Amino acid sequence: MAEAKLINPYPKGLTEVEMRYCPGCTHGTAHRLVAEVLEELDIIDRTVAIATVGCSVYAYEYFNTDAVQAAHGRGPAVATGIKRVQPETVVFSYQGDGDLASIGMAEVVHAAARSENITIIFINNAVFGMTQGQMAPTTLLGQKTTTSPQGRTVEAAGYPIRICEMLATLPGASFLAREALTTPARIRSSKRSIRRAFETQLAGAGFALVELLSICPTWWRMDPLEAIRHVEEKMIDYYPLEVFRDRLAEEDEGGDTNA
Amino acid sequence: MSQQRRKVFISGNEATAEGGIAGGCRHFFGYPITPQNKIPEYMAEELPKIGGVYLQAESEVAAINMVYGAASAGARVMTTSSSPGIALMQEGLSYCLGSELPCVLVNMVRGGPGLGNIGPAQSDYWLATRGCGHGDGRCITLTPYSVQELHDFTAGAFEIADRYRNPVMVLADAILASMMEPCELIPRRDLPAPDRPWAVGPHDPDQRERNIVNSLWVEFDVMEAVSQRLEERYRQAAEEITDWDEFGSDEPQVMICAYGISARICESAVMQANDELGIRTRLIRPKTVFPFPTEPIRSWAERVDAALVVELSMGQFVEDVRLAVEGRCPVDLLGRAGGNVPTVGDVVEKIREAALRAGVARV
Repeated sequence: MAEAKLINPYPKGLTEVEMRYCPGCTHGTAHRLVAEVLEELDIIDRTVAIATVGCSVYAYEYFNTDAVQAAHGRGPAVATGIKRVQPETVVFSYQGDGDLASIGMAEVVHAAARSENITIIFINNAVFGMTQGQMAPTTLLGQKTTTSPQGRTVEAAGYPIRICEMLATLPGASFLAREALTTPARIRSSKRSIRRAFETQLAGAGFALVELLSICPTWWRMDPLEAIRHVEEKMIDYYPLEVFRDRLAEEDEGGDTNA
Repeated sequence: MSQQRRKVFISGNEATAEGGIAGGCRHFFGYPITPQNKIPEYMAEELPKIGGVYLQAESEVAAINMVYGAASAGARVMTTSSSPGIALMQEGLSYCLGSELPCVLVNMVRGGPGLGNIGPAQSDYWLATRGCGHGDGRCITLTPYSVQELHDFTAGAFEIADRYRNPVMVLADAILASMMEPCELIPRRDLPAPDRPWAVGPHDPDQRERNIVNSLWVEFDVMEAVSQRLEERYRQAAEEITDWDEFGSDEPQVMICAYGISARICESAVMQANDELGIRTRLIRPKTVFPFPTEPIRSWAERVDAALVVELSMGQFVEDVRLAVEGRCPVDLLGRAGGNVPTVGDVVEKIREAALRAGVARV
């Protein structure tokens, strides 16, 4: 009889607190990827996680690191305060699209402009989850939410914001990538970008952000498979998956780093 | 320490900034707003020389949240602003209170509401003592009345913030910010890092559990326990650090209550009332307004015939005086607003009116 072998043990970067996310939600996937990267880089004990306001507000209970809970949208400012006091600390802010792209737009843009040496994990599921399904700045045109019940229209709410493309106009953004948590291949790619975002910080190379297209079966009112198809068929069309900036790679190639 | 102090002629803003450095502040986050711009400018010049960090935030909202982060990481940290900027900081300040983070804020109050103007005012008294964002938290609030006190109180605010794990607000105004006076500077020195076993940062997991800085308590009883703990600290602060000064007649007929720049004007008025009008007058000047010097005001209220409050607002501080007096004597108000300041003559006239009404002076 073959002996069972655990090839993918529970990551040390996560606590064993039971997560409160809805069934089918990809927050858990994102948490696990971040936790695995922290463990692989051996930085768990010198990392401070910043939990922001939204579904992931309890992230401070889930990541097995020191943690600070931040006011809605202010993760990058809080991260800045910590990093300026303790440059040796690895600081990451975990934010949803309501937190980062709506109320916290100023903080993330200016942290990127300053090339603040921090990492942002940006969960884009195109909806306000915790407050029960309202329209977000990233909600697609036509997408129905509780505050765009007929579907988002340009007339009423303008266009969804592409955060990575916008931040890519700033020379201070040193790593920018958009990934999706839909298929095994894409999840592996997501992990590579998350790792790169932390490596950028460890190299002192400046601001790094990974946008993860995520699903919200509950407020999209879809089952998880439908939700994954929605990302593949609709979201990726508007939010292309791409590494927009990788300063470390540019430096390795001796290319122009002044982007 | 006092013999090592260097006497300089300096503005209130500069004395405040140097007070912060003397108090151990090495991290400053701020955003420009008149009339306090000399403070961030001073910090931008000085902090890098001594291994500190000055950072100009993108807004007051960001500044207070940077303060929140820096305090979480165990730094002695401060920000300064003026009225509209302090209003913008209210949510972040509430988070500092809820997460029990020591930090120091200075408000060089200007005229309001709205954009108002850049003249001196004391109309943020409620913002400082009642505001501090949403929820039950309170800021320990210090009220200097000279450039020297701006320096000393700002320096001392860090120790108070650490002792009570609570933000401390230095509440001054546009005149104190801008005026120049002789000031004996506390020498700069490297203070040991504050003892903050709860701060986040690199650690050996065998030495301690992970630290979490947080103000989210969904269980009602846990949240209430936090509020009770804060309340107990405020009670303790009331016992330990309530501070005030008194000036004038030892057998007063009239008590004047004023803080900050108003108290400076009232000192001259008290001398005139005593010496020229023969109305025995005593000034009670709070140096802390939260905790509030209720006892001395109540105690003198038992013995005087009338009380007069002088403040640069239409009547905010006067409410705390009335709560302390509790009807023991009539309380009159001389309030100016919008950047206007009463003259010494205005205050003397008001003392005379109050004394007449109380039947202790003749026309």
